[in-house]
Amino acid sequence: MRRLTLLAATLAALGANLAHADINVGVSLSATGPAASLGIPEKNTFALLPTTIAGQKVNYIVLDDATDPTAATKNVKKLTSENKVDVIVGSTTTPNSLAMADVAAETETPMISMAGSAIVVEPMDAKRYWVFKTPQNDAHMATAIVEHMTTHGVKTVAFIGFADAYGEGWWKEFAKIAEARKLKIVASERYQRNDTSVTGQALKILAAKPDAVLVGAAGTPAVLPQKTLKEKGYKGLVYQTHGVANQDFLRVGGKDVEGAYLPVGPVVVANQLPNDNPVKKAALEYVKKYEAAHGAGSVSAFGAHAWDASILLQHAVPLALKKGQPGTKEFRKALRDALEGTTNVVGSHGIYNMTPQDHMGFDQRARVMVRIENGTWKLQK
Amino acid sequence: MRRHLPVALFVALLASGPLWLPEFGVTLLNYIGLYAMVALGLVLLTGVGGMTSFGQAAFVGLGAYTTAYLTTAHELSPWLTLVIGWIITGGFALLLGAITLRLSGHFLPLGTLAWGISLYFLFGNLDDLGGHTGLTGIPPLSLGSLELKSGESLYFLIWLIVLAFVLVTRNLLDSRTGRAIRALKGGVVMAESMGVNTTRVKMVVFLIAALMAATSGWLYAHLQRFVNPTPFALNMGIEYLFMAVVGGVAHVWGAIVGAGLITVLKQWLQDLLPQLLGSDGNFEIIVFGLLMIFMLQRARDGIWPLVLKLFHGLGAAPRARVLPEAEPLERRPARKAGEVLLDARQVTRRFGGLVANKDMSLSVAAGEILALIGPNGAGKSTFFNQISGVDTPTSGEISFLGERVDGAESRRIARAGMSRTFQHVRLLPTMTVRENVALGAHLRGHGGYLAAALRLERNEEARLLREAQRALERVGLADYADQPAGSLALGQQRILEIARALCADPCLLLLDEPAAGLRYLEKQALAELLKSLKGEGLGILLVEHDMDFVMGLADRVVVMEFGEKIAEGLPAEIQTNPAVIEAYLGGVE
Amino acid sequence: MDLQILLLLGQDGLTNGAIYALLALALVLVFAVTRVIFIPQGEFVAYGALTLAALQAGKVPATIWLAVALGAVVFVIDAAIALRARAWRRLPGLAALTLGVPLAVAALIHGLDAATLALPLQILLALAVVAPLGPLIYRLAFQPLASAPVLVLLIVSVATHMTLMGLGLVFFGAEGFRTPAFSDGSLELGPATLQYQSLWIVGVSLVLIVALYLFFGRTLTGKALRATAMNRTGARLMGISTTLAGKLSFFVAALMGAFSGVLVSPVTTLYYDSGFLIGLKGFVGAIIGGLISYPVAALGAVLVGLLESFSSFYASSFKEVIVFTLIIPVLLWRSLTTRHVEEEE
Repeated sequence: MRRLTLLAATLAALGANLAHADINVGVSLSATGPAASLGIPEKNTFALLPTTIAGQKVNYIVLDDATDPTAATKNVKKLTSENKVDVIVGSTTTPNSLAMADVAAETETPMISMAGSAIVVEPMDAKRYWVFKTPQNDAHMATAIVEHMTTHGVKTVAFIGFADAYGEGWWKEFAKIAEARKLKIVASERYQRNDTSVTGQALKILAAKPDAVLVGAAGTPAVLPQKTLKEKGYKGLVYQTHGVANQDFLRVGGKDVEGAYLPVGPVVVANQLPNDNPVKKAALEYVKKYEAAHGAGSVSAFGAHAWDASILLQHAVPLALKKGQPGTKEFRKALRDALEGTTNVVGSHGIYNMTPQDHMGFDQRARVMVRIENGTWKLQK
Repeated sequence: MRRHLPVALFVALLASGPLWLPEFGVTLLNYIGLYAMVALGLVLLTGVGGMTSFGQAAFVGLGAYTTAYLTTAHELSPWLTLVIGWIITGGFALLLGAITLRLSGHFLPLGTLAWGISLYFLFGNLDDLGGHTGLTGIPPLSLGSLELKSGESLYFLIWLIVLAFVLVTRNLLDSRTGRAIRALKGGVVMAESMGVNTTRVKMVVFLIAALMAATSGWLYAHLQRFVNPTPFALNMGIEYLFMAVVGGVAHVWGAIVGAGLITVLKQWLQDLLPQLLGSDGNFEIIVFGLLMIFMLQRARDGIWPLVLKLFHGLGAAPRARVLPEAEPLERRPARKAGEVLLDARQVTRRFGGLVANKDMSLSVAAGEILALIGPNGAGKSTFFNQISGVDTPTSGEISFLGERVDGAESRRIARAGMSRTFQHVRLLPTMTVRENVALGAHLRGHGGYLAAALRLERNEEARLLREAQRALERVGLADYADQPAGSLALGQQRILEIARALCADPCLLLLDEPAAGLRYLEKQALAELLKSLKGEGLGILLVEHDMDFVMGLADRVVVMEFGEKIAEGLPAEIQTNPAVIEAYLGGVE
Repeated sequence: MDLQILLLLGQDGLTNGAIYALLALALVLVFAVTRVIFIPQGEFVAYGALTLAALQAGKVPATIWLAVALGAVVFVIDAAIALRARAWRRLPGLAALTLGVPLAVAALIHGLDAATLALPLQILLALAVVAPLGPLIYRLAFQPLASAPVLVLLIVSVATHMTLMGLGLVFFGAEGFRTPAFSDGSLELGPATLQYQSLWIVGVSLVLIVALYLFFGRTLTGKALRATAMNRTGARLMGISTTLAGKLSFFVAALMGAFSGVLVSPVTTLYYDSGFLIGLKGFVGAIIGGLISYPVAALGAVLVGLLESFSSFYASSFKEVIVFTLIIPVLLWRSLTTRHVEEEE
């Protein structure tokens, strides 16, 4: 009997010890709902991540928020209070990330968002002090598009995007940058992700006779505007956003999306990168891992954002461990400081150099222009 | 006080919640409280008032966006924005209600669906409101110097409001105006005949539900400190309805049970399913849907009635309600016997090519029983509808107490002193017999919604219930006063309708087949009752098939066939009238 | 706006409206017979299209396993009931319908190389997979609640929609699919260009609507369904089984839903959750018809399609606001002109 008690006590102590030593990463992402096509590859990626960092076991607690900010907030509250996580990763969309940021700041937990819009980390304030993000800012990508347009003689441009946070984010950034570069925007249309027809919008755009059209949409729903434009006889340039960079877009789009230009993270065309590209190795590693698990051609840019979050952690955690034990307030603060101090860390999408003012940390190397040719992404020089 | 014990226990558990609940438990309870407020509005609107709304989430959004915008862009105090939010939501509700509450049947849910969707996209398209991305940086609520920043500190405020709403709703439902709200489910015709202004009642209920939702939105904005259109979309509007139905849409506590059950269930599935089925699928919504289908198949009235049954099973027998002593209500002056009450002349009603009533004339005097008889389909009930304002005659004149009433609203006619029963019984089966009867006295009380919610009209309420009790004693149903009306036999339900009509203190009583379904002794008792009413100076117009009953009771008889009057006279004359014999027996010979 | 744009928008609106009309008719049918406001109608649209896409990709659509599984559950339940009633003779028929049909279709899919079949055969196969889901779902979700109030049926309907949508995500993933057009190309007609697929959609919808009309007007089963819709108790007294009528109406609804999906998936991309919005617009059309009148429902649906098409041209970001706000006056007009008979529930 005594021995049993002793055993139980030892086990309990061991368990408690282990629990304290583990690093808990709380994840909330949109694996269902409108952003599911972005959230699912992210979710898949968490299964591929290393389970130890600097000799410490890492637990990933992955929750779905169904693309709903209320659910995202609930998830974060649960992760911080029940699971005592050391860091939060997520969410997939901008509104969800904004909603989560409040809880992160309140509980002083560092958070790494996988959402596109810059407003997740800008302007810097007490709340965003705790928030980082891995994907390129929409503004970043929009600049690439506008540059490409101006060098290809585009004078007038039309925009058609989702009537949601994604389309809105793109419209704002794109309109701002296009104006600065003297591009004339002749039409701005919206449509629903689930719309069965965009004929009305396409006719409006055609009537405005733009040199180029930008489709501000993500995933396979971005096919419909381009297809309709082509059907109705549009001959100008078509640009897509990096939100379409997955295999399904090419499959559904087929011939209809041939010739479209878009900016993407280097990971999408990892194979075509020149060997001296500093990102190539990291990008290929992710591609290989992901495709080994999910089949050739299955990789997408979105999963790589989750992968990059892990890369940031792999660099920051060893530093933070010197200052505190996982599960403590000190550790979380140290982790935040270490994330902010990220320098020259190579992710699959680019190279991170964070500063107290810049919690995203990418530069020009985090984007390349590609063109869709013969059903694949073709890197443009 | 035993019946308050469960409530007291619940409040005590809630109040001590933060002491023994884990932090996340408090978080969940906060959301449950917010959802419960909206679901409570739906209980009132859908469960009690019978109006299905898909659009409550939009009202939550109005409350949330008002405070989010005004506290961030104009730095107003959140307490001020609560009031502004109520005003804006109230304004919207009145406008939308004015348009959509006129919609009948299935048009109403679709109407609410339409503006629910429209408001959602409006939020998303207004740049000042942050568009689809949303507004961030909403300040926390503060009470003096105390900042309600954490979930725990808001917890008490949220549940205080929920409990206040529950209390107010319960008070409201247990009153004169509450009976008027509940009467909506018994059909507009019946409610209007009792003098209820159904348009107004619908509007008030709609407004209350909207304001509850807006309050929830206001709290949501300050709890979340971020708003975007997603939580106010149609699917959330449907989910609120879901909560109310699952909890028990006809019960105030059902709202809380439903909100709690659905929130906890979703959370629980999120924890459990990845362990059972692996984390690479998304099975939550599938299992959730299946559980809901299964649950509603087992308990279609929701969870709360099951809980109640459990409690009753533990020994609490249904109690007879003790009525406080109260003065009788004022009565209208009695009419002199022989004074003409109702005078209908040449009343014709056409439905397309069909003539249901043709040149019908009759008059009823105080202290007289006039029987209207005729074969099935002769147009007797149609004629009743013309007199009582349910329908408008195509031509002809009807005066009641010397005033023209053809085409008038039935509640105006009811107010003037005409009261009726229905051929197909129209009462509220889940309400007690006494409450059903008290509905008849609706026009004799004046207590408003606010007074009812705050229990300021208890004296009048006691008088109304006393009056109902007296009417029940008079018709011989006093023993059943505290039972649900639906549990009575059909014949007794007809008698209940007479008691309800009497409760209005009428000078003219319209009875549509009162003796149908009664046994011999009951018929005799009914005849005695009608005779004594006649003795008090009431005029009675009755439609009846039982010839023995009619001939023994009526002073005069009018016979109808094919919508026309074919004979009129004393019972003895009618019995020998060849035209009547032909009409009644013609088919047999 | 010139004539050409007007024509193109009109064509677009009519095409979408035709699809909404099909769904509206199915919704009216289901409501009239069973009082269920059939929200999952949209899921059948998605299932039909995605099943066809899977067949064309040479994959076995997971929907067939759903049909097999539901069939098995129904068999177990109904066989238990039959055994308790000692009605042995009912068993073979039951087994043939609930186990035999789905398994036969599954065997067909395995036996045939679906990807190489001609398009019409693929479509037939897809319909054979999806349509049996209708009666099976009726049996499991709605039959036990046949006497429940409309509100409860509506909530169960929403729950069914959630379940089917969740299954759709598991079966087909989050990304969309398109299927090839029945015939490629377009027809020049004066200033307008007519896509062949649009002609197919409008044409087939018209044929189906006429077929339904004949079905209800001329066949015994159709008349029985109509009788049930008018008076449930009366129909039962006349020996028409309300259960059978319910299953039949769900079968027709599933068939029409799936067929709508097959029709529309060449012109647009369909997702596991596309159905809801399409179904909703059909629902709007159905309500304009008061959930009673078939022709008005069809016209209402076409109206919704046109409204949508024109508002997406004029103010695309306010499209839904316009469509749903303009519906309200129509509803008001309908509500005031429809003679309202008080329901006695």
